Amino acid sequence: MVKVKFFAALRERLQCAELDIDSQPSDSVAEIRHRLLQQHPSWRRELLDNDVLCAKNFTFVDLQAAVNPGDELAFFPPVTGG
Amino acid sequence: MGTEIRVQQDDFSVADEYQQLAQESSCGAVVTFAGLVRELAEGQLDAMTLEHYPGMTEQVLADLVAQARGRWQLGQVTLIHRVGRLALNDQIVFVGVAAPHRKAAFEAAMFIMDFLKTQAPFWKQEHTTDGSYWVAAKDTDQAAATAWQDD
Repeated sequence: MVKVKFFAALRERLQCAELDIDSQPSDSVAEIRHRLLQQHPSWRRELLDNDVLCAKNFTFVDLQAAVNPGDELAFFPPVTGG
Repeated sequence: MGTEIRVQQDDFSVADEYQQLAQESSCGAVVTFAGLVRELAEGQLDAMTLEHYPGMTEQVLADLVAQARGRWQLGQVTLIHRVGRLALNDQIVFVGVAAPHRKAAFEAAMFIMDFLKTQAPFWKQEHTTDGSYWVAAKDTDQAAATAWQDD
């Protein structure tokens, strides 16, 4: 199981802040994202947006990063603090 | 030579933070920066909401300060970012850097702000008379952060 969080505009558009999803030991971020889209086909446009960033356990990662059960993934738009 | 990082709803006092930064006898320079909520070009901002990713935010900010310490000799560094609903002219962010000499203090403060803008997971939503809008990331902020990598 992997915890997935969404923030800001992405959270609002998906109407989801957080969910748990099944994972396999050899999963990548891309595979988790693919599984999310299988469960929520309507998220396709927002989640596949090239601007969406991903973090694993509080660190930025790319789509090839390995994801293990118990990890926390987050997807969010480009940041705008400061 | 400590690092203080705070993500909070409450306001902060630049004077109080300066006092904390100005206590090291080895440091002859203190640079402080405060960022405020400013009016939109069209002049219709009512308020702003700052959202963040608890846990990641603190880790990214600590990492930014650690990177700055790797580039410059620094004393106390204080980094504060507010979250929640903020009104026009409210303080949003504070960076304070003490260092033996001014160049390091100026540069490190700029470095921390430039990377905070592109790396720290904060998001601004503006509340205007026409509705609420998420702020779009600026290419100029990305360019400012990227410029440090060429140094």
